[in-house]
Amino acid sequence: MSAVIEVRDLTRRFGDFVAVKSVSFQVERGEVFGYLGANGAGKSTTIRVLCGLLSPSSGSAIVAGHDVAKAPESVRLAVGYMSQRFSLYPDLTALENLDFFGGAYRIPRKERLRRAEELLAAVGLEHGRDALVSSLPGGMRQRLALAGALLHKPAIVFLDEPTAGVDPSARRRFWRIIRGLAEEGTTVFVTTHYMDEAEYCGRVGLMVDGKLVALDTPSGLKREFVPGRLVLVRGSLLVLDAIRAVPGVWEAHAFGSGLHVRGDPTAMTDDLMRAALQGSGAIDVSIDPQVPTLEDVFLAVAGQPGSGG
Amino acid sequence: MNPAVLLEARNVRRAFGSVVALHDVSLRMHAGELVGLVGPDGAGKTTLIRALVGLINVHGGDTLVDGVSWSKAPRDARERLGYMPQHYGLYTDLSVDENLRFFANLFDLPREVFQERRAHLLGITRLEHAADRPVGALSGGMYKKLAIACALLHRPDALVLDEPTNGVDPVSRRELWSLLHEFVGEGMGVLVSTPYMDEAARCNRIALLHQGNVLVDGPPQALLAGFHHTVFQIAAADRRPIDALLEASSDVIASTPAGERLRAVVRRGREESVRRALEALGATVETALPDFEDLYLSLVADSDAGKTA
Repeated sequence: MSAVIEVRDLTRRFGDFVAVKSVSFQVERGEVFGYLGANGAGKSTTIRVLCGLLSPSSGSAIVAGHDVAKAPESVRLAVGYMSQRFSLYPDLTALENLDFFGGAYRIPRKERLRRAEELLAAVGLEHGRDALVSSLPGGMRQRLALAGALLHKPAIVFLDEPTAGVDPSARRRFWRIIRGLAEEGTTVFVTTHYMDEAEYCGRVGLMVDGKLVALDTPSGLKREFVPGRLVLVRGSLLVLDAIRAVPGVWEAHAFGSGLHVRGDPTAMTDDLMRAALQGSGAIDVSIDPQVPTLEDVFLAVAGQPGSGG
Repeated sequence: MNPAVLLEARNVRRAFGSVVALHDVSLRMHAGELVGLVGPDGAGKTTLIRALVGLINVHGGDTLVDGVSWSKAPRDARERLGYMPQHYGLYTDLSVDENLRFFANLFDLPREVFQERRAHLLGITRLEHAADRPVGALSGGMYKKLAIACALLHRPDALVLDEPTNGVDPVSRRELWSLLHEFVGEGMGVLVSTPYMDEAARCNRIALLHQGNVLVDGPPQALLAGFHHTVFQIAAADRRPIDALLEASSDVIASTPAGERLRAVVRRGREESVRRALEALGATVETALPDFEDLYLSLVADSDAGKTA
């Protein structure tokens, strides 16, 4: 395997504030690498260092063969970056925007247009090519921004919360494009607050207060951080405190209109839970086994409400 | 007595030039009710919200606050509402406290009243420890909570929020939602738009807007009971051919990775042929319970199919 991103003891300070604390990891070529964490955990700072936009305070990062501290220019040319607030020109058309970004990357004019058309097709925007960006819905703008980050054929593309505020169909479509990119060998480094999307990643790193506290495949993270038995309890008049008092129950919280309950695989029986809920007035109780989600992992690792920001 | 209708859209039509954003939309929000507004990009959600809070006029039908048409509403009608737009403008160079004070002055709150509400709002949003922090240094989740606090300073009867959780991490997102449930428990009416279906499922009632019309409107459980397609959970050693088949099949409404498996919504009546095709590729197929996202994707797909057919 060949690592395209190698991060060792990376630290980045802003004055007294340490945004990234001695973080180390590697990303392989063609991997879809998810980088998760609460707001302010250090995700965007890490990305900006890896893109050559911020220098490390200490430690090192080699990206696509270049040292971010010594050769940030080379790093910038080797990577694509789609920031949280991607910048597109609303009064230019989709094609004109790509043409502009291609110029910024000094792609020769002829190749620039060919490449722009190619990418508009790849992200499914052929029909929007002559539309003003101001008239495009959010999902299409976001795919256009992705096309802009791919113009210069980067080996690695960094996507910082690319799907915030995008509707479910558009999010699916976006992720299909991401998987296609990875299959063609482009490495994808992505942050998201949506744990269903993190499931699409090959490996996931979890940041808490500037530290990388967990790194594994989604299923590995679930085994490690959400052990025991997880069930979904549904019914009417469910009382959270009643289920929390059942022997063997470790934790319970509202999940959709039901409850997620986790506990000891042998002690926490369906009969005990049902009896406790019915005793507190619940009706129509049903209990179904659940596969833990990455949201369960996130809550277990990044803490309960109120613990952080 | 039925709870009061705080906000209402009656057969609302609104166009922007030749583009009709709302065709014929009716919606009600009662006191003590949490109403979720969902729909694809460009469905008209923000336009409807802006009409409901009296920011834009309508071209047909009427919008009412407390049973009075906005066109005839008294000057103080807007004071009964708290409104949080997608990009809520707080002063980033002022502290949390100074922002609250600024908005309190706008509403002419007497000093003692302000002190009492300030303490209460900082308490429920758990921002007490950040009162002196400049707003520019807050995390995304804290910023949103402060925006809600500012929108609530004048004690409105109804709170309207346009996609409040975009870019907010899972822990803060959960916190925001329990806050909304608390308000509703105290009798406030809350209308919230969201692109995330797990959030929509937590509302008392959901309205799905599509291309300027309300497709469905009802409690999540009742809407789910009307789901008339089938959901498959599919497991396979090699996911790629399965993914390609699901993507190509016109009998599949939506497919998405779910952990190590794939989830697909299959058109009613086509279950057996899809199952056979999947099993021929070596996949194991199980039927699963639909969730709200399955329902959403199906309703939107059915509506689009009805229009093109």
